[in-house]
Amino acid sequence: MPYPPVENQPEQQSPPQKIHLRDDPTFASAKLAAFQYIAVAIFLFLVSGFWELQIKSPEIYNERAERNRIKALPIAAPRGKILDRDGRVIVDSHSTWELILSRENLKQEHLHEIADGLHLDYDDLVKKVTRFRNRPKYEPIVIKEDLTPSDLAFVDSHRDPETFPEMEVIESQHRLYPQNGILAHAIGYTGEISESELDNPDYAKYNQGQIIGKFGIEKEYNDSLMGIDGERQSVVDNLGKEREVLGIKDAIPGKNLQLTVDLDLQVVAELALGDRRGAVVALDPNTGEILAMASHPTFDPNKFAVRIKSADWKELTNDPGNPLLNRAIQAQWAPGSTFKPVTALAGLESGAIDENTTFNCPGGASFYGHFYACWGKHGSVSLHKGITQSCDSYFYNVGNKAGIDNLAFYSHQVGFGARSGIDLPNEAPGVVPSPEWKLRNFRQKWFAGETISVSIGQGATTVTPLQLARAIGGIGVGGVWQVPHLAKSLTGKEKPHEWALSPDNVHRVVYGMFGVVNEGGTGVRAKLPGIDVCGKTGSAQVASAAYERLHPNVKDNAWFVAFAPCYKPEIVVSVLWENCGLHGQFAAPIARDVMVSYFNKKERLAESAKIKQSPASTFAAAITPPAPKPEPPPPAVKPVDPDAIP
Amino acid sequence: MFQSANRRDFDWAMLAIILLICGLGVVQIFSATHGTIWQGSWWKQILYVGAGVLLMWIMTQVDYHAMMQRVYPMYIASVVLLVLVLVIGKRAFGSTRWISLPAGIHLQVSEFAKIVIILLVARFLTELRTDVLELRDLLKLGGMILVPMALIAKEPDLGTSLTYIPILAVGVFLAGVPWKYWLAIGIIGLIVVPIGFLNLQPYQKNRIVSFLDPERDPQGTGYQLIQSKIAVGSGGTWGKGVTKGSQTQLRFLPVPHTDFIFSAFAEEHGFIGVIFVLILYFILLMQIVQDAQTAPDRAGMYICMGVGALLLFHILVNVGMVVGRMPVTGIPLPLMSYGGSSIWSMFLMLGLANSVRVRRFVN
Repeated sequence: MPYPPVENQPEQQSPPQKIHLRDDPTFASAKLAAFQYIAVAIFLFLVSGFWELQIKSPEIYNERAERNRIKALPIAAPRGKILDRDGRVIVDSHSTWELILSRENLKQEHLHEIADGLHLDYDDLVKKVTRFRNRPKYEPIVIKEDLTPSDLAFVDSHRDPETFPEMEVIESQHRLYPQNGILAHAIGYTGEISESELDNPDYAKYNQGQIIGKFGIEKEYNDSLMGIDGERQSVVDNLGKEREVLGIKDAIPGKNLQLTVDLDLQVVAELALGDRRGAVVALDPNTGEILAMASHPTFDPNKFAVRIKSADWKELTNDPGNPLLNRAIQAQWAPGSTFKPVTALAGLESGAIDENTTFNCPGGASFYGHFYACWGKHGSVSLHKGITQSCDSYFYNVGNKAGIDNLAFYSHQVGFGARSGIDLPNEAPGVVPSPEWKLRNFRQKWFAGETISVSIGQGATTVTPLQLARAIGGIGVGGVWQVPHLAKSLTGKEKPHEWALSPDNVHRVVYGMFGVVNEGGTGVRAKLPGIDVCGKTGSAQVASAAYERLHPNVKDNAWFVAFAPCYKPEIVVSVLWENCGLHGQFAAPIARDVMVSYFNKKERLAESAKIKQSPASTFAAAITPPAPKPEPPPPAVKPVDPDAIP
Repeated sequence: MFQSANRRDFDWAMLAIILLICGLGVVQIFSATHGTIWQGSWWKQILYVGAGVLLMWIMTQVDYHAMMQRVYPMYIASVVLLVLVLVIGKRAFGSTRWISLPAGIHLQVSEFAKIVIILLVARFLTELRTDVLELRDLLKLGGMILVPMALIAKEPDLGTSLTYIPILAVGVFLAGVPWKYWLAIGIIGLIVVPIGFLNLQPYQKNRIVSFLDPERDPQGTGYQLIQSKIAVGSGGTWGKGVTKGSQTQLRFLPVPHTDFIFSAFAEEHGFIGVIFVLILYFILLMQIVQDAQTAPDRAGMYICMGVGALLLFHILVNVGMVVGRMPVTGIPLPLMSYGGSSIWSMFLMLGLANSVRVRRFVN
């Protein structure tokens, strides 16, 4: 539209100011139209913004609004207690507070002050936060467990929205294990589920951050011990303040687990083993109940309670003593002379020998052109003398006569060469050598000379302390090998292995083992007044004699296995003392201590039962409420110092 | 000065639309503030609106020519007041924008100075004798506006300061500028914007950076934009209902009764409510443009278009911010956001437009 010419304006006629103000207003009507179009465009631009957010994808924003609004905090389910056979608490849980960082409002620059306030290592904290980078944002990070009162005070005074709103305190359960590593290997420990476990399908039922059993009983019975975490869902405002509770799902506490272990016996076994490297297993051969299980060196499971410090973990894994190895079920060593009862049984049962068979021991025997030495000169040796004196020559001959197939067959019958089925993870199977075994594993022919070594428990034969206790205990009860177990609920549930042994043959072997302890044999140090203890020593080479001479650090292992009483045994104890360098008889006092404690306790309980039945105490019991069971008295026997033994 | 205007000439339809928008604003203020320390705001807003209607009526009665004749003293007074704000002003939320009056009233001078600027631009451009704006005049006008803008930016209140630009821009556009001036303005803009950006306060820079990429720092400067988008998006088609918006009620949305009121409204009333209110604003704007078209003279047209440009700019920046299409600038949504100064200055400007309207048949 053409603009009206300026000359036409009526400015000349009026006073100057008015003239200027009252001119033609329509000169810009095209521009006003343009303004209108611009306005339409702007409004459409704005509407399209709302269209995009509210019509095209409201779900995304709805979900984010819900995530803003609803907060779910886990309620930790208390883990079940672990009790001993008398119901005494071995492992307990206690409530603690732990600090989590909510990553939805985490600011990197706060980490320094948070680390300072909680006395955490800043670099560790940053590493931890970085590790979580690929996880969904709503998963919180636990940055400190077991908050101290001063930590809690720090959090309380700094979690307002202006300072560190990302901090959040939740209640959690902390495992409390016995001190000094008592029963540590059997109980095991718990820990936070690791990244690699999360990727494992077996662990699919667990979530990030959960505390699960990682070792021992804690791992084996994790599902029943763990319980089910609850959850508290609430509506929160921008300050994280709870406005409304939407729902609480209570935690289902884990179930308590009663073990077959007797704490009194366990403590004695731990003390008796002392700082020797080795293991003690005591079990009831009639039921398979493990009464004590010690493995040294041990470790402190409390360090694992939630998350082990990397320094502690390094120390444990680099320790040459390998404290994380449960020697009771994982140490596989040649049984040495403790294998001889099995050789004897194989000879008797296969008919290769009888109780009258004698062999001459001039200090060794020759087979297939090789001389096999005995540790002494025993002259004419019968079965009883052979076991009592642990004569190698005698058993070379028995093994040779019975043959490797019989030796292997009876080894398998007593439970060697296979996992016993104890309710612990990672049990070692041991080895029972045989021609088939050698062919399968080494593609080599069996040499007749190997049979000679096997018959005295050397060669490729290896057993664990648990297997040895179970084997000898099974022979002692006449041919029933119970499945050893730690959970009381398993008693009587698992079918034992049975093999009909001739009672006469059993008696002959047992009588020989009685002689070992009571007739001046090698196990005399395990003798107990008033109780018929049967046992067998073993000093097993871990390498060839020549190698052991060259390497003074590599020494023989000492073994001792014993059961009592001789007739209808109630307890069988096996002891392994690794790298002892002495004869197996020096392991015998350890087993004796355990048995003494067992029989002392039995007697004590019988005594107190008698007192309770008397009328006077009935009256006393009626007027006094039943007191909680007293703490176990100190072990009845003093631990034995190995050096004190001549 | 008070020229009698027929009561029938008063734009009752416009007033109805204004009051409808204000009413929705009051409801939203109630919903967004109940149970908080601002929970009395809704009835205060009613009082502000009532006073605003009165101001609008008075303004309609005043002949805008009379005001234009006194615009230079008014301009000087505004500048002096803005300097005073910087010297003795009341500080809140990190900037000094208010002058305290007795009776607990805090006036935001920059809001009222807008009216003076509109009148100033109208008078300046009306007095031109040429068809097109000469460079000398453009610089003169620009310089006069730059003084209050700089003072306001110093408070610091960049958002309000920027609202003066559309008044100037629309005036210059209507007055007619040779295309080479537009080119020159564009080039100067290209040079000034980066330099200006470097001279911004850190928080202002952050706002612009986080507008471009809000997820970069979702807890910091991007927070408001993200929370606003969540509020709007989760409102969906029909909204969550008054007092039912979780983003608003649980205060994830910042200042849901002032700058982000439209976000709260969008959450609780959904797309339907948004369209309804935007249509109301659009009708109001078109009404003002119509006032400009029917104005008896250039001055009236400039005044109406100044008001219209300011209104459009406010809507664009505030509502655009709510949906994440504009940076966070902290300028209120006219007629809806809580605040006396903003309400009163808007009613005064609408009264100004109405003053032009009632005089459209004078000649």
